[in-house]
Amino acid sequence: MMAAVSLLYFASLREVAGIETEAIESVASDLQGLYFEAQARHGFKWPQASLRVAVDGEFARWADPVREGSEIAFIPPVSGG
Amino acid sequence: MSRFELADSEIDVVGLRLALRDEHAGAFASFEGWVRDHNEGRAVQGLHYEAYAALAEKEGERIVDEALARFAIVEARCVHRVGELRIGELAVWVGVSAAHRGAAFDACRYVIDEVKLRVPIWKQERYRDGDAGWLHPESLSPKD
Repeated sequence: MMAAVSLLYFASLREVAGIETEAIESVASDLQGLYFEAQARHGFKWPQASLRVAVDGEFARWADPVREGSEIAFIPPVSGG
Repeated sequence: MSRFELADSEIDVVGLRLALRDEHAGAFASFEGWVRDHNEGRAVQGLHYEAYAALAEKEGERIVDEALARFAIVEARCVHRVGELRIGELAVWVGVSAAHRGAAFDACRYVIDEVKLRVPIWKQERYRDGDAGWLHPESLSPKD
C-alpha cells in the first residue's frame, strides 16, 4: 500500500540530503520503515535509534503507521540552549 | 499568551523581566545562554541556530508549563534565538518569578536543562579555521 507523505529534514540530515523537504510515495508500514527508505535514498549515516520522529508537528513513535498526507520530520540529536 | 518563544532578532531582556514581576513574587531568577568563543578545543567565531519551529514552540511551551506545575513559582518565560549569532550574543533567556528563591532557582534550572534536552533546535558552529559543523550531542552533561 502506497502513502503519499512529505518529509522534513533538519541540520545535518538536510545537509546530507541536500533538500529541506521532499514529497514521496512510501510503501513502509511504519515510520521506522519510512526512515529506512529515506536512508537508502540519501545515504544518511544516522542509525534510526539515534533519531526521534515527529508527525504533523508532534512527536510520534517509530512503530506508528505511515498516514497518507502526513508530514514527517526526522529529528537528529538536538543542540539548542 | 505563550511562555516559550523563538526569536529571530535580539531578545528583549528588559521587557521579559518586567513581564515576570508580580506582587506575590519575592524572588526572580534568570539564566542567559551566551555564545562562547570556544567549544571542544576549537575556536568558534559565530553560530547559527535552526529550529523545527512548529514542534519547538509546542515542546518549549510544555516544558515551561511543567515548571509551573512542578515548582512553587508565579511565572516563567523562555525565549530562544534562531538565526545567526555572534560571539557574546544572547542565545537563550529563561526567567522565573516565585514567592521564594529556592523554587525560582530550581525552576530556572529545570527549564534550561529540559530545553537543551528536548526542544528541536540545532546549533551550527562556525570555526575560526573556516570550517562549520552541526552539533548533535548524543549525551548531554552539565558542562554542555
